[in-house]
Amino acid sequence: MAQLTPWEELEPGGAIAPSTSPASPTGGWRTGLRPDVDLSKCVNCLLCWLYCPDSAITLDGTVFAGFDLEHCKGCEICAVVCPTDAIEMVAEETAA
Amino acid sequence: MSRLKTLVRNQHGVQPLRGGHSLCQGCGIPMVVRTVLSTIETPVIVVNATGCLEVATTRYPTTAWTVPWLHVAFENSAAVASGVESAQRALRRRNGLTSGQDVTVVVFAGDGGTYDIGLQALSGALERGHRFLFVCYDNEAYMNTGVQRSSATPFGAGTTTTPVGLDSFGKAQRRKDMTAIAVGHHVPYVAQAASNHWDDLSRKVERAVAANGPAFLNVLTDCPLGWGHEPRLAPQVLDAAVDSLYWPLYDVVDGAYRLTYRPQKIADVEEWLRPQKRFAHLLRPENAGLVDEIRSRIERDWNALLERCNDEGG
Amino acid sequence: MTHAARELLTGGEAVAHAMRQIDPDVVPIYPITPQTPIIQGYAQFVADGRAHGELVNVESEHSAMSAAVGAALAGARTMTATSSQGMALMAEIVYIAASMRAPIVVAVGNRALSGPINIHCDHSDSMLIRDSGVVQLFAENAQEAYDLTVLAPRLAEHPAVLLPVLVCQDGFTITHSAEPVELLPDAAVAEFVGEYRIPHAMLDVEHPTSQGPFAMPDYYFEFRRDQAAALVRVLDVLPELADELAASCGRRYSAVEEYALDGAERAIVALGSSAGTIKDVVDELRADGERVGLLKITSFRPFPAAAVAAALASVAEVHVLDRADSPGGAPPLFAELAAALYGSTTALHSHVYGLGGRELHPADIRDVFAGTASDYVGLRGAPCHA
Repeated sequence: MAQLTPWEELEPGGAIAPSTSPASPTGGWRTGLRPDVDLSKCVNCLLCWLYCPDSAITLDGTVFAGFDLEHCKGCEICAVVCPTDAIEMVAEETAA
Repeated sequence: MSRLKTLVRNQHGVQPLRGGHSLCQGCGIPMVVRTVLSTIETPVIVVNATGCLEVATTRYPTTAWTVPWLHVAFENSAAVASGVESAQRALRRRNGLTSGQDVTVVVFAGDGGTYDIGLQALSGALERGHRFLFVCYDNEAYMNTGVQRSSATPFGAGTTTTPVGLDSFGKAQRRKDMTAIAVGHHVPYVAQAASNHWDDLSRKVERAVAANGPAFLNVLTDCPLGWGHEPRLAPQVLDAAVDSLYWPLYDVVDGAYRLTYRPQKIADVEEWLRPQKRFAHLLRPENAGLVDEIRSRIERDWNALLERCNDEGG
Repeated sequence: MTHAARELLTGGEAVAHAMRQIDPDVVPIYPITPQTPIIQGYAQFVADGRAHGELVNVESEHSAMSAAVGAALAGARTMTATSSQGMALMAEIVYIAASMRAPIVVAVGNRALSGPINIHCDHSDSMLIRDSGVVQLFAENAQEAYDLTVLAPRLAEHPAVLLPVLVCQDGFTITHSAEPVELLPDAAVAEFVGEYRIPHAMLDVEHPTSQGPFAMPDYYFEFRRDQAAALVRVLDVLPELADELAASCGRRYSAVEEYALDGAERAIVALGSSAGTIKDVVDELRADGERVGLLKITSFRPFPAAAVAAALASVAEVHVLDRADSPGGAPPLFAELAAALYGSTTALHSHVYGLGGRELHPADIRDVFAGTASDYVGLRGAPCHA
């Protein structure tokens, strides 16, 4: 939890610079399922990246590079839109 | 597929809207934001009306935005954008800048902040001809405050202020045609889009940015909570909205209508209604008449739209 | 001292000239009587190429202030004008402009709030937003309206302040009455106001910020305190700026003006154009040997409580003239005086006058000093007491 600042240390008007914004992990919102990928089926169409509400598909350039489980809320949309069924939802505890 | 790679590259490695916000699981809004902002190749300033997107992404001291972002109030995002846009013009003139990259001013507002309380400011900004892009993420109700009806809520939908009950079948009024209202302002570019038809939306953003004046994009996007469906059904529900002709995809370029998507197979309106709890009551046998009314209005509106498109040679 | 031109100008025209000379970048405008001469005068200057701001003819005052916030935070010097119902309509955004620390200058032609609808002067529009956190300076005449407008951008944009500044002049009485006004040379004003600079201009896209965030109970309180502190710092900043302006024009402004208070037994405290009438009556009464004086308040917000208490320390009887009322409570200026003088032995009296443009006559002022004036000066019918 970020330290609460006294009023003298606030930026005028509450302007927040993205670089100094504290992190907010939202991966805890998941309720038992997380996404998992079979890379052999992935064709790098990037649809999962586009659809993800939480920007939780990480890319290396324009290549699929994994899931950001710190932020994924488990909505399953990536699994639904994946055209090759490379993504499926698995139990949270499943070994990566 | 190359368009998607272009969108990725346009981000230059930094998502304009990062993870870490508190929008719902499966919310349709971030996809709209990503598609719009990643299509635009200039720097942007985002002006955001009060609503889900604004509240969930900037709880002090955190922000999910990596681009310049400005929120002032609920009803005035178009007026605020007018000020930002005027400032840029004034400063460029004062500093003698005639070349170089303009910053694109993009407004994101929900249907409440567009159709209802935001209508006056939007109308003024459109009429004055400011060069900006107004994107309405239309999820058909005041979602952030708990799913109250707006004038974008469709006929027959249950919301917390048009509840379904013994004496009520939900919202009794038709939704406003906000796209037509924008067209009535004689602005260079107006379009209706849907978040899952991302390629269509991205192309529309390109045309909007290229228009040398105000551009209005009305983008249907889902709200799993407010519409009452599992998040994973979002793509299917939006497909049904478009393929049932409930939400046609078109644009209007300097007043000329152009259909941008024609479904190969037209879906029955029940495919749109059935998955959503807000419409569940309409599928009871005693409400068949209401569904017929919805169906016939869709048909009438579609035919009227086709005529407009044909008139313009679209 | 630089030579200055002197012209017969209404307060509205004088402020339009000030705007021309300040030459702001963006000016959103919406008409309402009696500020219209200000925006019309400025619009003509723009049409003639004598001023170069982006004139944004918005569709309501709420949008005027909204566009002003957008422009000011984008990085442009911004001004606008309003009165009465326009102030009421933009009130939501006035509060937000202050909290977002947008250094907008607003010319106010003070006019009564409806209802009934009335286009004449009182201070109810300014009082409506007295808690908004903006600076409110009151002019006694057209010269002051002009001078305070020239001063305003420097005050608003001062790094220790960064707040909207409202320069208030009485509707019709000042806005529409012609008086001799000394205008500073254009170059002197340009040099005085200088370049516009704010900490986080939105157009500085290399340094993106999110502005206007959502604050939970864990932060809201601190934000309000921070902006209040900025408003209070105006009392420190104003003297330095006033000195600088005085070097150009020879007129020195401060948060209060003491007029014949030396040895005064009775004093009136007032805002706005009535101060001029009161000074005339004070001169006449002093000539008759009466020990009376005036404390004119120039800065209503921030309220200069310490300066007021010091100025009135030896005055036995003080009459506060309020050109606005607060039904069911204490009139606004009276309430400030009562707080500032709490614990002193001064006898403090409240008089509400001039609502909806009702004239205040020299005879009324004599009655006030004589202790025979009603709580509601010039009201027909029984005065009401809280």
